[in-house]
Amino acid sequence: MRIGALIWRAIAPWVVPLVILLAWEASSRSGWLSVRILPEPLSVATAFWSLLVSGSLLHDVAISAGRALGGLAIGGGLGLVLGLLTGSFRSAETLLDTTLQMIRNIPALALIPLVILWFGIDETAKLFLVAIGVFFPVYLNTCHGIRAVDAGLIEMARSYGLQGWPLYREVILPGALPSILVGLRFSLGLMWVLLIVAETISAQSGIGYMTMNAREFLQTDVVLVGVLLYALLGKLADLVARGLERRFLRWNPAYLGTPA
Amino acid sequence: MQRDWIGPPTAGLALRLAGLRKDFGTRTVLDGIGIDIAPGQFVAVVGRSGCGKSTLLRLLAGLESPTSGELLLGGARAAARRDDVRMMFQEPRLLPWRTVIQNVQLGLDGGDAPARARGALAHVGLADRANDWPSVLSGGQRQRVALARALVHRPRLLLLDEPLGALDALTRIEMQRLIESVWRELRFTAVLVTHDVAEAVALADRVLLVEEGRITRDEPVPLPRPRAHGSAAFAELEGRILEHLLEETSDPGEAALARLAA
Repeated sequence: MRIGALIWRAIAPWVVPLVILLAWEASSRSGWLSVRILPEPLSVATAFWSLLVSGSLLHDVAISAGRALGGLAIGGGLGLVLGLLTGSFRSAETLLDTTLQMIRNIPALALIPLVILWFGIDETAKLFLVAIGVFFPVYLNTCHGIRAVDAGLIEMARSYGLQGWPLYREVILPGALPSILVGLRFSLGLMWVLLIVAETISAQSGIGYMTMNAREFLQTDVVLVGVLLYALLGKLADLVARGLERRFLRWNPAYLGTPA
Repeated sequence: MQRDWIGPPTAGLALRLAGLRKDFGTRTVLDGIGIDIAPGQFVAVVGRSGCGKSTLLRLLAGLESPTSGELLLGGARAAARRDDVRMMFQEPRLLPWRTVIQNVQLGLDGGDAPARARGALAHVGLADRANDWPSVLSGGQRQRVALARALVHRPRLLLLDEPLGALDALTRIEMQRLIESVWRELRFTAVLVTHDVAEAVALADRVLLVEEGRITRDEPVPLPRPRAHGSAAFAELEGRILEHLLEETSDPGEAALARLAA
């Protein structure tokens, strides 16, 4: 019984994708779906395989992942630092928050023309777009997380002689961490969206370049490989974020962790 | 039981409060509190909610500063005695992201900190839960961890802000016995704020009645320890203090409620 339930829990999430895939294959074979619109899964798989064997796929994925993570490091890092600052110090909030809230209301993608004028169409432009997009979820959730730390715990820690950095390390940061990780998860989702757009505008490498190139040559199978790659990478990023939560929030009853 | 965590005996602090006053804006919460407490004495402060008893405790803890008046702990101002004073709050206030033993170690330093924390934890009977997260403990166990966390600093003044209010009746009596036994052993001065008159009479050498920011009664408790809740002298004293508390109320409905609550 228990083993059966475990196997079911492992398989169940994949049932729906599998059914869709089968239906898709069937309708391609029966001629319902034109290859122009959607190639059959099998030819997508062969395209994937040949791209993989030629090495160009790994190259493009590595380039895209590098851009995504670079942008995340810059934007997320800045968001974390500024969020900690405005969350911890009223004066920093008074000084910075209004400005940041105004900038936040500008969709990152609306900056594309300006970004192209500033940085041209090279790597800096892509990094900038990703960085500015992932900045705000991290910034807002960090600032909010710091504010929302239980005041009773801070008072207790102070009365036990903690102040300055020890107070920050023992109480404030761990208390804000759940919220910071929520911000990170939002950012990881946004990161791919912005990267796709940036790479679609102009690129000489990366997944976006690969798909735009394939479109020119009507290689719908390669386009689909690109689309599926984004889905897989997105899922991967989410898994990493969950892993971080499980690691850092293992004290939380929601994660039912065992102490280290 | 491991005893080396306690170290050399420390004397309780003497408390001197004179003309102590605390205003919040235009509202006066404490209106001229004057009292002397001898080192090692166990004092209970009882009163209705909002009478200022918790504020009195927060002044002693240095969490608030008085508007005017004198507050001396062992002859020094409260701010200078912070390391000698520890407080147990209404809620355990354990850090959920630290294990039980790490919580007890909070604010301790030195190489012997883990050993001292372990000793204090053993003292409250929770040595085997050292590596658990606070979230898996019961309410009573959490308060015992909070007690160990306070004791490991070897306080000369322990402040208790209704720490047993949220516990069930049995756990409560257990905790009262535990607090009494560590107090008798370590001889710190203790100030317990409570609205439970029976608890005050069970634990304290002296019960202070606070009403509208003033001490209106200072009742010694001459009963021998350990005290039996059922004894006639106990009941008589408890009844007398309750009577005083209820006298203040003109509204009979409210008086009946207070009687029920107590």
